[in-house]
Amino acid sequence: MKNISITELTNVIRSKNAGPYELTFDFIFKNEDIFNKIVQMDVINEELIAKLYKIPVEKVISVVAYKPAKAIKATIIRPIAAGDLGETDVYGAQQHGPLLAIEIPWEGSV
Amino acid sequence: MREYKILAPTAILGYGFPEKSFVKGIEKNPDLIAVDAGSVDPGPYYLGSGKSFTDRNSVKRDLEYMLVAAKEHNIPVAIGSAGGSGAKTHLDWNIEIIEEIMEENNLDLKVVVIDSQLSKSYLMDKYKEGDITPLFPTPPLTEEDLSQSTNIVGQIGVEPFIEAFKMGADVVLAGRAYDPAVFAALPIMKGYDPGISLHLGKILECASIAASPGSGRDCMLGTLGEDYFILEPMGDTRKCTTDSVAAHSLYEKTNPYKLPGPGGLLDLTDTVYEQLDETRVKVKGSKFVPSEKYTIKLEGAKLVGKRTISIAGVRDPIMIEQISHILEEVKEQVQDNFSGKNYEYHLTFHIYGKNGVMGSLEPVKNPVHELGIVIDVVAQEKVIADTICSFVRSTLLHFGYPNRKATAGNLAFPYSPSDISVGDVYQFSVHHLLENIDPVEIFTIKWLNEYQKGAL
Repeated sequence: MKNISITELTNVIRSKNAGPYELTFDFIFKNEDIFNKIVQMDVINEELIAKLYKIPVEKVISVVAYKPAKAIKATIIRPIAAGDLGETDVYGAQQHGPLLAIEIPWEGSV
Repeated sequence: MREYKILAPTAILGYGFPEKSFVKGIEKNPDLIAVDAGSVDPGPYYLGSGKSFTDRNSVKRDLEYMLVAAKEHNIPVAIGSAGGSGAKTHLDWNIEIIEEIMEENNLDLKVVVIDSQLSKSYLMDKYKEGDITPLFPTPPLTEEDLSQSTNIVGQIGVEPFIEAFKMGADVVLAGRAYDPAVFAALPIMKGYDPGISLHLGKILECASIAASPGSGRDCMLGTLGEDYFILEPMGDTRKCTTDSVAAHSLYEKTNPYKLPGPGGLLDLTDTVYEQLDETRVKVKGSKFVPSEKYTIKLEGAKLVGKRTISIAGVRDPIMIEQISHILEEVKEQVQDNFSGKNYEYHLTFHIYGKNGVMGSLEPVKNPVHELGIVIDVVAQEKVIADTICSFVRSTLLHFGYPNRKATAGNLAFPYSPSDISVGDVYQFSVHHLLENIDPVEIFTIKWLNEYQKGAL
């Protein structure tokens, strides 16, 4: 089994505010088989998100699979509220970078 | 039950739409034209200051198409979150634009205005009664935050829109509104299922963003039936696919299955998406679950100071290697220089190329060959923000760090003047739930000619 980049398995990886106090990340997978396999493997979970963003796992509000969209959604507490002093990204739209580095142990083709 | 058609011209009033798509939408004989005019996403400044984040000419352009078509074809119009954030001043700003359009086009339209700004004294009473609760992960509200907020709006649900249409309005212009409410109110009034109507509204509020390719500036048509809705993009190059529509349910929400809103929860657990043909998607199974107490979201912002910034670049590798240490020392020197004065200020360095975008969340520590630095100072008074920014800029420009070779100056300035006064800075102060209310009575719903502009 070799590792494969998450970017090869997904059509969308994005970040955005969910209100001023939360950041939310969406992974939309290329097809249902890939989505089901990822959900079954349970590789995208609270611990992974906490590790990627170097935050305590308590700051990860939820990681939810959404079958109709072949998607997994993770939401974390914003380090600071949108627009507060020291803010770096008011819309939260450029916080997805670390997710692109995820590698998944994968057998077979995509 | 006959089908009910809703035209959503654009994702946010002022973002625009192709005339061709709009004409195609009107030719479908819609029963309602609705548009969401706002968002909390551009940050606290717009709500706090009462200014619009959309441009006046652009808003007028979009509204002119909508109102002229509405009059010609006798189609009701609903506009929510007027002026971007929906405070009283935003509403007044949008009213002026509507008045201008009606006068210039000789349109006789009956307009009802819903003011969703709430008075601080009313909210203080509700706060003391324990009816304002935090919306996780927002910290609990304080009396100070409440009293210091410049504008506090309540996110209205469908009920005030229904009230306004019952009065006989051709056009309803509302302050802050739950995005789907503006689309769902009239069909719910006419007996369509609230869950189906609100879910359709949730998608239509972004117009063609839920199509493929997605766009916030193109029209979408939604058709409601008894237990379903159908989405159809009006742009020739766009398609709705089950993927593009389902994916949109995730957008900007914490949980894709449970979407809380005024008075209840939109439950998408049993939602089914079906591809009808190449461009249309049919959706079934969405439910609305009313909550025990009627609850709405409050949004407020308060002034925290004035901002002055300076933007500069660094290319010297010896300096870049030591940048964290250098900036710490500059901070100490500023503090030391003004220690005799009781200046209160907040100094941030945004170091693009080094955690400038992600700050504390940044996991990558790769070296770079160039840094962009924004010196960002916020203080109570403009003069202090100016003073500190100027001092930081000159100190950093000539800062002597270990092993320095480049003694002529450490910063590359793209601008002269190098220091820019940005003005007022706000922060979100209220993002809480208000409970135990009558969803209609707490808001002011008036005919345009009875509505008082300016007065709060």
